[in-house]
Amino acid sequence: MSITGKDVEKVAALARLDLEEEEKEKFTVQLNAILKYAEKLGELDTENVDPTSHVLQLTNVMREDITRESLTIDKVLLNAPDEEDGQIKVPAVLE
Amino acid sequence: MSLFDLKLQEVHNRLRDKELSVTDLVEASIGRIGEVDSKVKAFLTLDEEGARAAALIMDKQLANGGERGLLFGLPAGVKDNISTEGLRTTCGSQFLKNFTPVYDATVVNKLRSAQSVTMGKLNMDEFAMGGSNENSSFFPTHNPWNLDYVPGGSSGGSAAAVAAGEVYFSLGSDTGGSIRQPAAYCGVVGLKPTYGLVSRFGLVAFASSLDQIGPITKNVEDSAYVLQSIAGYDPMDSTSANVEIPDYLSALTGDVKGLKIGVPKEYLGQGIDPKVKESVLSALKVLESLGAVWEEVSLPHTEYAVAAYYLLASSEASSNLARFDGVRYGERATDAGNLLELYHKSRSQGFGSEVKRRIMLGTYALSSGYYDAYYLKAQKVRTLIKQDFDEVFAKYDVIIGPTSPTAAFKLGEQVDDPLTMYLNDIVTIPVSLAGVPAVSVPCGFADGLPLGLQIIGKAFDESTVLRVAHAFEQHTDYHKERPQL
Repeated sequence: MSITGKDVEKVAALARLDLEEEEKEKFTVQLNAILKYAEKLGELDTENVDPTSHVLQLTNVMREDITRESLTIDKVLLNAPDEEDGQIKVPAVLE
Repeated sequence: MSLFDLKLQEVHNRLRDKELSVTDLVEASIGRIGEVDSKVKAFLTLDEEGARAAALIMDKQLANGGERGLLFGLPAGVKDNISTEGLRTTCGSQFLKNFTPVYDATVVNKLRSAQSVTMGKLNMDEFAMGGSNENSSFFPTHNPWNLDYVPGGSSGGSAAAVAAGEVYFSLGSDTGGSIRQPAAYCGVVGLKPTYGLVSRFGLVAFASSLDQIGPITKNVEDSAYVLQSIAGYDPMDSTSANVEIPDYLSALTGDVKGLKIGVPKEYLGQGIDPKVKESVLSALKVLESLGAVWEEVSLPHTEYAVAAYYLLASSEASSNLARFDGVRYGERATDAGNLLELYHKSRSQGFGSEVKRRIMLGTYALSSGYYDAYYLKAQKVRTLIKQDFDEVFAKYDVIIGPTSPTAAFKLGEQVDDPLTMYLNDIVTIPVSLAGVPAVSVPCGFADGLPLGLQIIGKAFDESTVLRVAHAFEQHTDYHKERPQL
């Protein structure tokens, strides 16, 4: 299986990235090399193997549903690139 | 003898006997940073003012005879992906070049409770992706042993700062070897604890199922002190393990009589530099002379670990890094006409090449139609790798091998070859996938560059890992060597 420049474009769109033409070419080559190397995993029969999603086999973590103090508005806005009236400002979502 | 050649315990005694003040220690650290950091470039952000203020408070406390924490007065550095309230935290990325956290990571709180002094934030590969520090979007860190060489990564700044005597100890984070490999390249001790032993709350996530914070120190005893201070259950981290924390210092008995060591043939086979192999074999002789026994064992799925790792780590990274959209924090592109364009432009301008490459790989591996072939397959291979370790640990106390197939390489040498760079992690990655603890201790030199011995233990058996490392260190002098800067 090899991936094309078109696949790379599609993946970039999914990942919300714009790639320069040069970057696109470079990534197509590099991703192909990495994925070709990953095909090695196909040598292993894993039909009856369970996937490991957590090494420690922890059970679900629950806590009491108690209200707690959250970050203050000042703190939330401290790193905001743009703000107005205590809110984070972004370009218009609707026309 | 420089203050930085003292062991933590010796520093404590001198503080207690009033031969030293915390201000002396902090000034010595600031002085050393001023002297060498223009060459090493370990620091991204230095907090002289904060460190001096903290030292004054502690000196007052010392004069009043108050309780002293386990790390009292010791100047420390923190990898720049660990949140420090009010102190810039960049993850080595332009995206976060002006980001100031509004809270401390749990480990930083714990350092405060243990009363170490934070000197600042240490350089790293962008978002902890890389093994050389060349992926920092600010500047590369240099290996203190030879400035033309890489310090390793991604915790390269953390390892270099300790090796260069700029700070007493540092914190790094390890996803596929990012504490152990730079520790080996810089000739210091780096410990990756069992997954879940140290809270990840406040660590900027790269691959959440693998990331773990750990100490980088000059010797094993100091490593035990730092681990003692940062380990423990944290309700703020849902993957934190609720286990009892043993006394790691009392584990350092020097006794390894009857200890059973497994040495995987895969860790000394193809691709391992002969000098590295030789140093591991002579280390085993040292342990043998102390009464330990070793046998060759096999971890048969080792050759599949790197492929599984890069699929899993990149998949998790693509998901974790989705939060960087230029809306709530981080660098926002100024020329975006609408919200979607804002995401695209901010991310494209903010992320470096390696980060984009891994986001792309991860997004691909998780995308519809490829999930089973890549992500799920890698999760299953991870199970096989974990089973390899379980089988060996049923018969052996520890597993020993090199930390890295070679000593440090030259800056710029591998930067355009991601796959070769990824294969440098062949002996650290399987440990990360299995979630077990491992330490790298200095075990020799090749052409003037340090080599690391990797000692791997059962889950939550840091005591044995540290005991073996300590016993080895007591009978060798590699850890006493210092780079000439």
